[in-house]
Amino acid sequence: MRSDRNTAAPLGLKIAAGAGLAFLHLPILLIFLYAFTTEEKSYQFPPPGLTLKWFAVTWNRPDVWEALGLSVRVATISTAIALVLGTLCAAAVSRTKFFGRETISLLVILPIALPGIITGIALRSAFSFAEIPFSFWTIVLGHATFCVVVIYNNAVARFRRVSGSLIEASMDLGADSFQTFRYIILPNIGTALLAGGMLAFALSFDEVIVTTFTAGQQSTLPIWMLEELVRPRQRPVTNVVAMVVVIVTFLPILGAYYLTRDGDQVAGGGK
Amino acid sequence: MTAVLFQQVSRHFGAVRAVDSVDLAIAEGEFFAMLGPSGSGKTTCLRLMAGFEQPTAGHIEIFGETAEGVPPYRRNVNTVFQDYALFPHLSILENVAYGLMVKGVAKAERLKAAEEALAMVKLPGYGTRRPGQLSGGQRQRVALARALVNRPRVLLLDEPLGALDLKLREQMQEELKALQKSLGITFVFVTHDQGEALSMADRIAVFNDGRIQQLGTPEEVYKRPATRFVADFVGSSNVLPPEFVETLGFGRHHASLRPEAIALGGGDGRTQFTGRVTAANFLGAANRLTVDANGARVAAMLPASIAVPAQGETVTLSFQPEDLHTMDGA
Repeated sequence: MRSDRNTAAPLGLKIAAGAGLAFLHLPILLIFLYAFTTEEKSYQFPPPGLTLKWFAVTWNRPDVWEALGLSVRVATISTAIALVLGTLCAAAVSRTKFFGRETISLLVILPIALPGIITGIALRSAFSFAEIPFSFWTIVLGHATFCVVVIYNNAVARFRRVSGSLIEASMDLGADSFQTFRYIILPNIGTALLAGGMLAFALSFDEVIVTTFTAGQQSTLPIWMLEELVRPRQRPVTNVVAMVVVIVTFLPILGAYYLTRDGDQVAGGGK
Repeated sequence: MTAVLFQQVSRHFGAVRAVDSVDLAIAEGEFFAMLGPSGSGKTTCLRLMAGFEQPTAGHIEIFGETAEGVPPYRRNVNTVFQDYALFPHLSILENVAYGLMVKGVAKAERLKAAEEALAMVKLPGYGTRRPGQLSGGQRQRVALARALVNRPRVLLLDEPLGALDLKLREQMQEELKALQKSLGITFVFVTHDQGEALSMADRIAVFNDGRIQQLGTPEEVYKRPATRFVADFVGSSNVLPPEFVETLGFGRHHASLRPEAIALGGGDGRTQFTGRVTAANFLGAANRLTVDANGARVAAMLPASIAVPAQGETVTLSFQPEDLHTMDGA
């Protein structure tokens, strides 16, 4: 794993690596930069002037608050649903042996392997087939499908490390199933659930594709941004919101990384 | 009173008969060992007592109460696990107090009881450490304290000394025995080490293939093995083939003969036989002589003070007739 300290990378490789990283991250810096531009109709470079007024404009736009509120609520509730279902599923798969265990494991992970557009179309046709009107809850359901995977992957890795005899020891000492879960299982898988929950929240918060198919008239923050880009006026407002999204999703992912870096990796982190 | 009663208990896993029609009755206050090779059913029997397994057939009673269907947390039985199963996220004191905590004992009271239990296993003041900071022997003591603090009527020990080195194991054997005497709790002990079973137990059940081969005191099991398996597994007895036993005048049976019952030379009233020495090993306190007697391989344990015959020499050996124990069937 670790490279030899004494062999320095050749200069060409360093430049290539630097260029690669720059290609990945410079556009994000540009987004930040244009949040401060005085030009509101187009993204001209260099910006003709710098201003902080877009922050105030954004603050006073009710549609931004509406979209942000919706996104936060959707992400919170999808994550909550995923935490319950993902943990239960992980417990069943790692603790017991039953017919079809491997199949269930695969089926749970499938939504993350499927392109979002398939999940989206499938859910949309399922909703219209069952005559369920599009609402807040259809968005939540759509997001929960891939949030469950993240929680499941994190929990299942940790469950495998909690030895079965710990649970037997707890039962042997007089703890019933609920006490065993609360005092033994939860403390041992807690950080994995927290990390998985943060990732799930971040995934839901910036999800566009599935949302497009499962939302009605409502706009989550990413959808709102997509719509806003085609409008000519007050463009830097989108950039301000983008900065907020980056910060809101980056912090949980960073947190998840630090919570799980000793031991298992954050599995399924890249949807 | 009978602490644990098994009536025709079987536990099958698919086609595997882990425990097959086992009958046993363990008396209150007894130190009971279940001895056998791995896969012989002894650990499954222990798990049936603890409640982690349910019998496929048969009836189990613990202190006169039916145990089938009673979950582990409602049994007045505690287990010391083979891997100790200490809770890694709790301190030693919290580990020991766990059983009292889930039963709702007040904090001050349960921590005091846990401290006392730690003192009993000679680990006073270790309460603030974590399981990861202790040695194997210390963890073993914590596991013992964690079980005993609940004052179980039966303590189940699953190969508790298996992971310890020889010196520590001998020390713990003595301590366990002393602890059991002073507490008066019924101990049920699973082991594959016949020396451990012989030195500690009041009675031993020797398991093989899911069945009890013999149940008796250590002396009975050692001196009068009921089957060839017991003779072979408990200690290093000579199992003599029927043809050889017949030439000695005991009829055509398999027979067991302890190496230490055999002496060099003849004597009044002793049964004699001759053999050619195939090996002589110095073991410190004794010499182990292996001879070929008419095709039967016989080992004899001789005191170190006696000069050892050379390899290839033909020697006369003898034993008291009552030391030879004939066995029927397998």
